[in-house]
Amino acid sequence: MSPELINLIIQATGESLFMVAVSASLGTLFGLPIGVFLATSRKGELFAAPAANAILGMIVNATRSTPFIILVVAIIPFTRLVAGTSIGSGAAIVPLTIASTPFIARLVEGAIREVDAGLIETASSFGATPLQVVLKVLIPEALPGLVLSLTLAVVSLLGYSAMVGAVGGGGLGDLGIRYGYQRFMPGMMLAVVVVLIVLVQTVQTAGDYLARRVNRRLRHR
Amino acid sequence: MNVHQSLAASRPPEAFPPIASDVVAEDAMVRFEAVSKTYPAYRGKPSVKALQAIDFAIPRGAITGVIGRSGAGKSSLVRLINGLEKPTTGRVIVDNSDISALSGRAVRLAQRSIGMIFQHFNLLSSRTAADNIALPLEIAGWSRAEIAARVSELLDLVDIADKRNRYPSELSGGQKQRIGIARALATRPNVLLSDEATSALDPQTTRSILDLLANINRELGVTIILITHEMSVVRQLAKEVIVLDAGHVVERGHVADIFTHPQHAITQSFLSEVLGDAVPVSLSSRLQQQPVPGGQAVIRVLVRGDGGDRLVARLSRELAIDAAMLSARIDEIGGQQVGSLTLGVPGDEAVVARVLSFLVQHRFSAERLGYVA
Repeated sequence: MSPELINLIIQATGESLFMVAVSASLGTLFGLPIGVFLATSRKGELFAAPAANAILGMIVNATRSTPFIILVVAIIPFTRLVAGTSIGSGAAIVPLTIASTPFIARLVEGAIREVDAGLIETASSFGATPLQVVLKVLIPEALPGLVLSLTLAVVSLLGYSAMVGAVGGGGLGDLGIRYGYQRFMPGMMLAVVVVLIVLVQTVQTAGDYLARRVNRRLRHR
Repeated sequence: MNVHQSLAASRPPEAFPPIASDVVAEDAMVRFEAVSKTYPAYRGKPSVKALQAIDFAIPRGAITGVIGRSGAGKSSLVRLINGLEKPTTGRVIVDNSDISALSGRAVRLAQRSIGMIFQHFNLLSSRTAADNIALPLEIAGWSRAEIAARVSELLDLVDIADKRNRYPSELSGGQKQRIGIARALATRPNVLLSDEATSALDPQTTRSILDLLANINRELGVTIILITHEMSVVRQLAKEVIVLDAGHVVERGHVADIFTHPQHAITQSFLSEVLGDAVPVSLSSRLQQQPVPGGQAVIRVLVRGDGGDRLVARLSRELAIDAAMLSARIDEIGGQQVGSLTLGVPGDEAVVARVLSFLVQHRFSAERLGYVA
């Protein structure tokens, strides 16, 4: 493979990592509080607000049931509004964030719901405010699950980021489609797939390791 | 113990706004006044009357047992005392403050004066022993330095200082409960609620935890409320006991009185659990309703008070009757003998009648179970 092509791969990998890193961070920023709220706002729970819970749940479901490629196209006007353009890696961050936020929210909800309700009651009986319960009990206790959830989200985002390539988002997916498919360069296609596999493996391994590190539950048995 | 002296001093004064003094006797730490708790119907489940017409006072500085089967209303009682729930009617007064009337910040402040330990310890798996103990102090907004000093003090108090940097998964049940106790005492509460705190522990560990609780009561003067379904726990520790059944208080009073003269069926069943006054199978399988020629009559004697230990000797001396001890279980509750004896006496009607009248005369309750060969 020529140095130019290798440069292209390196550049595309950088774009993909940039898109994934920014959208995963933003998705976590929005998704974590939404997930915590979803996990704590049913009837009788910490922030009991059943109506808000139901509405938010429906919005999350609606977003998650829209195929990503359709979401990307459907929100182009919004993307233009936010990013000033609908083309390129920067613009792709908008749909990636919008897709990852409800995904992360549901994962966070699941992880938080795993925390023993007895611990919430314990902290409450010590006079903890709901916010203290979230910060001192729910999030630290759910941390191993949260780390694995975010790992899953990042892996999914790597796949999504390849998809935005189809609509001019740049990155590895873009490279694979334009060079590997349209110019019929199987070597390039293979290289893109290999890089993606390596990235996913690395992310998953790092996530598993981190989750084990923060898990104090079984480690010492 | 230096923990003791600082106990009263540092309680936030606003924690318990005073209530009308004519309502609450000064010596009651917890007082239920005409309390009922009904959980409304929810998702097709009918409404539940968890507690009804509850009236009692738990004395300050003592250890009081609350005993009941599961479903008797113990959990509701706990949640009313620590302010996690409000009574449907009536008032719950804790340390001269009507906790059932407080809300928001006021109830959270009041909760910091109520320590609580749990059956399953409820320690945070993500925190070390020391950091678990620090949790209520962080919640109460103590400074880092104050927390560090207090945590060290508490680790010594529960005798587990060498485990301070261990995680709960590295600790035994007894060690976890010690951490739980230290955590409950962290904010220097006046009352400690123990919700089945020894139910998940083996007998030996239970013993050591109960000893620790007795120490804490003695040294710190903390009022302890033991919620349990285990008679043995109440017997070892409590001065007074409240017996709960189906949402009602069915008996209450001094442990010795209640358990030497149980009135309610549920109290009797708790008692038979520790005393095991069922007749052994080897005996009951041989029992016959008709006298057996040359056999023995089987008489069961309930021992409530005194003299059970000398009964066989007295029958022999005073009535010249040879009584065989077929089974016996006598225990001491609050300094009084409690238990039952199963005696075999010669099966002759006249002898049986003399024995029974002797027993009645000496205030033993006795019944003829049958005859054996």
